Amino acid sequence: MENQASVASIGIDQVKSVDQIMQQVAEHKGCGTSSEGGKASCGSSGGPEDMDPAIWEKVKNHPCYSEEAHHHFARMHVAVAPACNIQCNYCNRKYDCANESRPGVVSEKLTPEQAAKKVLAVASTIPQMTVLGIAGPGDPLANPEKTFKTFELIAATAPDIKLCVSTNGLALPEHVDRLSQYNIDHVTITINMVDPEVGQHIYPWIFYKNKRWKGIDAARILHEHQMRGLEMLTERGILCKVNSVMIPGINDQHLVEVNKAVKSRGAFLHNIMPLISAPEHGTVFGLNGQRGPTAQELKALQDSCEGEMNMMRHCRQCRADAVGLLGEDRSSEFTTEKIEAMEVSYDMEGRKAYQEAVEKERQATVAAKQAAMADLEAEFSDVKILIAVATKGHGRVNEHFGHAQEFQIYELSTEGSKFVGHRRVDLYCQGGYGEEDALPTVIRAINDCVAVFVAKIGGCPKADLQKAGIDPVDKYAHEFIEQSAVKYFKEYLGKIKSGEIVHAARGDADIRQGAYIAA
Amino acid sequence: MAFKIITSQCTACSACEPECPNNAIREKDGTFIIKPEKCTECIGYFDDPQCVAVCPVDDTCVIDNSYPRYEAA
Repeated sequence: MENQASVASIGIDQVKSVDQIMQQVAEHKGCGTSSEGGKASCGSSGGPEDMDPAIWEKVKNHPCYSEEAHHHFARMHVAVAPACNIQCNYCNRKYDCANESRPGVVSEKLTPEQAAKKVLAVASTIPQMTVLGIAGPGDPLANPEKTFKTFELIAATAPDIKLCVSTNGLALPEHVDRLSQYNIDHVTITINMVDPEVGQHIYPWIFYKNKRWKGIDAARILHEHQMRGLEMLTERGILCKVNSVMIPGINDQHLVEVNKAVKSRGAFLHNIMPLISAPEHGTVFGLNGQRGPTAQELKALQDSCEGEMNMMRHCRQCRADAVGLLGEDRSSEFTTEKIEAMEVSYDMEGRKAYQEAVEKERQATVAAKQAAMADLEAEFSDVKILIAVATKGHGRVNEHFGHAQEFQIYELSTEGSKFVGHRRVDLYCQGGYGEEDALPTVIRAINDCVAVFVAKIGGCPKADLQKAGIDPVDKYAHEFIEQSAVKYFKEYLGKIKSGEIVHAARGDADIRQGAYIAA
Repeated sequence: MAFKIITSQCTACSACEPECPNNAIREKDGTFIIKPEKCTECIGYFDDPQCVAVCPVDDTCVIDNSYPRYEAA
């Protein structure tokens, strides 16, 4: 009962007053205040020209914190933290399928020693792997000994790898100083609400101070810890990304409030992700038929928050043992059994040289985009279109249509091209459809796009795409994505002017929900 | 009496292990077990049995009726 009383005494009113204070703090420091209109200048799509150099140094090769970096640099997660201290209605820990790809799912748990070995093996095989994250499958800070032991081992053997952690925030305040000691300068907190009234519909319970708390009390304690944890990170100069799961009808509108609250407390980046919910996942939301958002709903919410703060659009909602570039998963190459058989030598100099080459590649893509932008300067139009791109990375149109596991989505306007998301397409069972229905699935996933850029495409899918009103474009094969996109857009505007095409709004598109069932 | 873990339900998340005030829980063959002779049902320590309170799967840590009820000394 003591806990109950102390929690009740820190009510929402006081949180609001902290909010006001933090607003003042935020106005005087952090990265979100230097550009026009008070918009954060350093979010996912920012580059070195519009960012504090110290922050750019922290994010330039972190695929999750920089949209630019995610085309070139890879990350890995090690699943050393299985225990969790809260229950979320979108998570079911009993469901554990090797072919499933979403947060909280892993194929095998690792000890800190196994994890350290895996990191060395991956770092030697994938030299552009720059980031090691611990993201569960439970909550890393509910397993502090395993989490910090893993960080300690990796910092000793591979000091060039950035360490990061992702948490629900409940145990964050008590561990912030330790995170700081281990030089962890990227922390992600999943914050789905700033109002316990909303939170009680997302979190059935939390485990705190040796007691299971339920309902609104649970949501209130969690909320207070999340806000305090975020403030403590900001005070220590640790970059914080906030993840929010968009749950239509429960917190979709409310996430605008969440966005304001986390911005005012100094969060660096906000990542609004679609709920993944299917009955076969066995989650509360999956079983009660709670739907996820459509592509348009998600984008509209992200766009509405972007005026306040830069938004992450390139999150792939990856597994807690994912390995590779964000769009790919190479974890099956690095099972414990395979690692045992590998000869690993950690070549820090070799990694550094490779990463410098990757950095040059990244700069080349930016230069190409800027050159193409100059071409658009004379154009005035309020037309905006989306295009889908099949890519294997490196910022180029370099994937065959039929091999694409996902399409990257760019929004084109006279402002230039902007990465606004991605759609997973292959290998997912869409509510029981089989292989022969793969193409309609792809078309539904990119139905809001005017064109799809590919390195190559067969005759049949080409005709079907055209029938669906999507222009299959293979003339930019192996060229830079954004440069090609801008060229395409200029041509598109030309065709509208000449009357060759009539621009009309496209429909909505699907976000994948089904389980990943084909290996 | 003591608590036991229903093996088929256990996800082996390990959340219960450090919470047990009696160190009665350990990993065995990929899942977790409670040593019944060490379990005190958390009587004298906490209001709620900790393994039950922290377990992510309902009805996984349950009373083991094959043991006599624990009585605090």
